[in-house]
Amino acid sequence: MPKEQANWSPYDNNGGSCVAVAGADYCVIAADTRMSTGYNILTRDYSKICKLADKCVMASSGFQADVKALQKHLAARHLIYQHQHNKQMSCPAMAQLLSNTLYYKRFFPYYSFNVLGGLDNEGKGCVFTYDAVGSYEKVGYSSQGSGSTLIMPFLDNQLKSPSPLLLPAQDAVTPLAEAEAIDLVKTVFASASERDIYTGDKLEIVVINADGIRREYMDLRKD
Amino acid sequence: MFRNQYDTDVTTWSPAGRLFQVEYAMEAVKQGSAAIGLRSKTHVVLGCVNKANSELSSHQKKIFKVDDHIGVAIAGLTADGRVLSRYMRNECINYNFTYESPLPVGRLVVQLADKAQVCTQRSWKRPYGVGLLVAGLDESGAHLYYNCPSGNYFEYQAFAIGSRSQAAKTYLERRFENFADSSRDDLVKDALMAIRETLQGETLKSSICTVAVVGVGEPFHILDQETVQQMINAFEIVGEQEGPAAEPDAAAGQEAAAEQGGSTDEGVAPMDI
Amino acid sequence: MQFTASKQPENCLLGPESDSQRTLYPYVTGTSVVALKYKDGILMAADMGGSYGSTLRYKSVERMKPIGKHSLLGASGEISDFQEILKYLDELILYDNMWDDGNSLGPKEVHNYLTRVMYNRRNKFNPLWNSLVLGGVKKGEKYLGTVSMIGVNFEDNHVATGFGNHLARPILRQEWHENLSFEDGVKLLEKCMRVLLYRDRSAINKLQIAKITEEGMTISQPYSLKTYWEFSAFENPTQGAVGSW
Repeated sequence: MPKEQANWSPYDNNGGSCVAVAGADYCVIAADTRMSTGYNILTRDYSKICKLADKCVMASSGFQADVKALQKHLAARHLIYQHQHNKQMSCPAMAQLLSNTLYYKRFFPYYSFNVLGGLDNEGKGCVFTYDAVGSYEKVGYSSQGSGSTLIMPFLDNQLKSPSPLLLPAQDAVTPLAEAEAIDLVKTVFASASERDIYTGDKLEIVVINADGIRREYMDLRKD
Repeated sequence: MFRNQYDTDVTTWSPAGRLFQVEYAMEAVKQGSAAIGLRSKTHVVLGCVNKANSELSSHQKKIFKVDDHIGVAIAGLTADGRVLSRYMRNECINYNFTYESPLPVGRLVVQLADKAQVCTQRSWKRPYGVGLLVAGLDESGAHLYYNCPSGNYFEYQAFAIGSRSQAAKTYLERRFENFADSSRDDLVKDALMAIRETLQGETLKSSICTVAVVGVGEPFHILDQETVQQMINAFEIVGEQEGPAAEPDAAAGQEAAAEQGGSTDEGVAPMDI
Repeated sequence: MQFTASKQPENCLLGPESDSQRTLYPYVTGTSVVALKYKDGILMAADMGGSYGSTLRYKSVERMKPIGKHSLLGASGEISDFQEILKYLDELILYDNMWDDGNSLGPKEVHNYLTRVMYNRRNKFNPLWNSLVLGGVKKGEKYLGTVSMIGVNFEDNHVATGFGNHLARPILRQEWHENLSFEDGVKLLEKCMRVLLYRDRSAINKLQIAKITEEGMTISQPYSLKTYWEFSAFENPTQGAVGSW
């Protein structure tokens, strides 16, 4: 019998883009809700954003099964943390845990591209950006996923973050007000969905500030 | 002098059909400070008495959250209680990981009882010296279970364990018929009253008790001290006005007798307490 | 018949494929499953073909099975792996019933369990070669989800596997709505199955439709769809193809 299937792969790319922007007292995390495989759209309403703690949210794209496993693993770890310490994990702590979790699978990685956003212990917005095996960096804004090549330069251009090479180090949070940041994120996704076939359908925006967590939605191109 | 020949390890039967080591473990439960639990159709309330070991120390934590829908109150060896609640937490997390739904309370209780049972049948193990009141909510409603070192478990409307729990049991037995339709706050009130019964004249203060609630729309949580004090004040349960100190004394007498082990009565094994 | 794969490095981490016990490619496969939510529950359709490569080897394979009281499972892909999955689920449901405590696994729990099974097997590089569809109703809550052989899973108002993703879902996206009656739901599924029958070479004209509601589930007797092949272009397909036989 001839072999009809291409060689089996444990990975798939289900696409999607994620963006996070940190401000002085807020953090905006956004992702589209399209899930694709190849030229197929599997579903138009799949949330890529996962609330990990009261002040910590993760947006992930890549291989959905790995992303789901990662989210569930972190949720379980956070439960254990709460039992042991009687408090919510802070965003920087979760950032380190995420890095360790990804690196733990260094030689059979989670194919997931994450941005983590939230408020730090001082209530200031923070964003952490990752690669699939756990390298991470604290930044003022970031983008990951299929549309990141379109989104990232646009953010660089608009946000004019101080160079990380400057000494002494300058704070990376964006100067924008919360409403401006949300508008920017909307624009950025509307643009990305024009050219990236894996980004579209609907945009989910999560805003974290002193009042708590808020969700917003915006329609994107469905074609 | 009489010496019990049948209590040197857990796996030895007495001719009367009793396992003394297991009964001693249950004795440890009776000596721990009291814990009580009661439930309505929608809520379960757990309460316990906090007793510090010395003037210089703080008290030990006796109520543990297991998951959003389950919590336990313990009496006996607190260290064993902590080990068991960690086991329960793990089971809940694992179940949730596979099914993304909460572990039914009754099933967790059976797993816990089976774990305790193993310790009554292995020569190299020792029974857990802790009694657990397990409060929880699942698709079949609110539940309150008592888990015993013997591996037995029972479902209750209301129950009390630990030292001087007989007084609380008497109180609960008098009132349990009203519990099913009680409001949450009335349940907390009855919990505080039952706790007071175990204090034997000592004033009920939020500093010497802990109260926790789980119910429909209310994940398991321990009430903070101010809330408890407010409730004590609101219900005007101060204590000191009751007289029948004779009853607990009689119970204490029985307990002391039971401690003598095989020498006293040759009746049925008291494993189902 | 060739069992060994061609290019395999000598010091491969997984050893040569020839002496491995893994599914590297499927043998007997079922094609698409299509399912949708309707007013009272879930409707699911699948044909009864079992293909051995491009040979239509089996013609009465039941690819939809009830799981416990509240769930219905449909499968495409390797038939033997599907039967293995059914064995796991039988055990799962048996142990669940043995508690006899009034709690039972609903479609959400079964779907999640299946997702764990599929994902764990892909982690061991030993996949179960199926795309599964799980539908059900419990406590008035409709549930419809799917899992692939590498563990990709999601819920939606309508789902399809294999060719159904290309051919049926566009129709479903256009015509599906929340208040579909049973009759309209069946009509919509039949429309999808007819398109698949015309265009998917491994689809056959012998199918079943399954229904699950709060009241219980029924899986229909096998039946066939009315087809029309008398288009003039079909009559002499080689006419005009000069030089062809």
